[in-house]
Amino acid sequence: MAKVLVVTSGKGGVGKTTTTATLGAALAQRGQRVVLVDFDVGLRNLDLVLGAERRVVFDFINVIQGVAKLSQAVIRDKRVDTLALLPASQTRDKDALTEEGVARVIGDLRRMCDWVICDSPAGIERGAILAMRHADAAIIVTNPEISSVRDSDRIIGLLDAKTVKAEKGERIEKHLLIARYDAARASRGEMLNVQDIMEILSIPLLGIIPESDEILRASNLGCPVTLSDPASLTARAYSDAARRLNGEEVEMLVPSDKKGLMGKLFGRRAA
Amino acid sequence: MNSVAHARQPMRFRGRSFIAFALTPEPPIANWLAELDNWRRNSPGFFAGRPLVLDLSAVTLSSHAIAHLLQELTAREIGILGIEGVEPSQLEPGMPPLLKGGRATNADEPDAPPRRRPAAEAPRPETTSLLLDDPVRSGQSVIFLGGDVTVIGSIGSGAEVVAGGSIHVYGAIRGRAMAGASGNPRARIFCRKAEPELLAIDGYYRTSEDIDNSLLGRPIQARLEGNDMKITALD
Repeated sequence: MAKVLVVTSGKGGVGKTTTTATLGAALAQRGQRVVLVDFDVGLRNLDLVLGAERRVVFDFINVIQGVAKLSQAVIRDKRVDTLALLPASQTRDKDALTEEGVARVIGDLRRMCDWVICDSPAGIERGAILAMRHADAAIIVTNPEISSVRDSDRIIGLLDAKTVKAEKGERIEKHLLIARYDAARASRGEMLNVQDIMEILSIPLLGIIPESDEILRASNLGCPVTLSDPASLTARAYSDAARRLNGEEVEMLVPSDKKGLMGKLFGRRAA
Repeated sequence: MNSVAHARQPMRFRGRSFIAFALTPEPPIANWLAELDNWRRNSPGFFAGRPLVLDLSAVTLSSHAIAHLLQELTAREIGILGIEGVEPSQLEPGMPPLLKGGRATNADEPDAPPRRRPAAEAPRPETTSLLLDDPVRSGQSVIFLGGDVTVIGSIGSGAEVVAGGSIHVYGAIRGRAMAGASGNPRARIFCRKAEPELLAIDGYYRTSEDIDNSLLGRPIQARLEGNDMKITALD
């Protein structure tokens, strides 16, 4: 039975889709079976970031409507055979997602793999709520600036209220992923630093992904950075995060403002 | 056959939500029923007139076992208006309806039995307090007029806590804290780090702009003196 993860943030443009694709690829590269689900109906991006946009025939909405079977809609990655994608519809919008449909599809996906990773749309409305509804754990992607942090706080509150787990009185695991961290700007006080963010959000830290050009290149090439450039700092940060998700204790490295050097963060336990 | 035609009256059918108490039996049921009997002995009449829901999420019971449990509760004059925490297939026709979407909510402390005192005695107000173990997240609104509120954590920006009594925050106040909301000018606000959007006591408020810069980021106490809010540092 798979673990269902939701990658969410509240704020748009912080790196949810990139994180879903890259973390998913990192987990799949370790041999685990991963299915990525795009919940951003009408504004789908996960297929682009994975380079699968020319192979989309059926999508999530088609499966909910019963027009296609799950096996027809799920697209296997050509580079890592344990990685697959259930794309969103581009022609419909989030109202086409139904509670029962989503519950049924997630239930079916649970039986097929080790990880179901749901890429949430931005916002706090129907699409975001449905993406988090069946999650066992959440990754909250935050950029080190104040509006992203406040929106993340909001989404954490919703995770504790609107998920099936929360309604049953159980705790949903929450992991913080700081993306687009710019050490130079943080040390100049132009951006929040890691301690500030953790103090405000009070959830365990899964990883710190540095701001880099590699991510943009990877998106444009349609290849997650852990596949295209595994030695890069960004790829290593995502690989470490994947290891922590599997329960491994990996030392947290904070990107320093010296190019190529990593400072150590003492006493920081993995999530 | 005679039939009388009447004008059709519109039927009003609306959603309403109410607060009910949930009884949550835990296995073994026989022991739980014994505990229930204990409670009834110590607080007679407690269950009379209270809206009660049966939460069966902590036990696995067959339809037969559920029917038996309901009989046991009826024998104890405990009326159940709905059942939650089961699959629809476990309920039979004639049983109370299946309820979904129950949420934990503030209600009167169930420890105190309902007051049935003679009218001559002035009723003493029940002061209770609310303890929150988690931070209050942005967008959340905690309203507790029954007494003090203590937060083990912070009040996030865009969140608010409204208390009838004082507010104690073992963390930062980054949102709104409104104490003494039931008309209590002696209520106070305490926190470890003051970065509030707004502080209010008994309706008298101060926004962040009007708080002295030297106090921001420090542990503070806020109290009313007349209609002036005095904020002092605690370090």
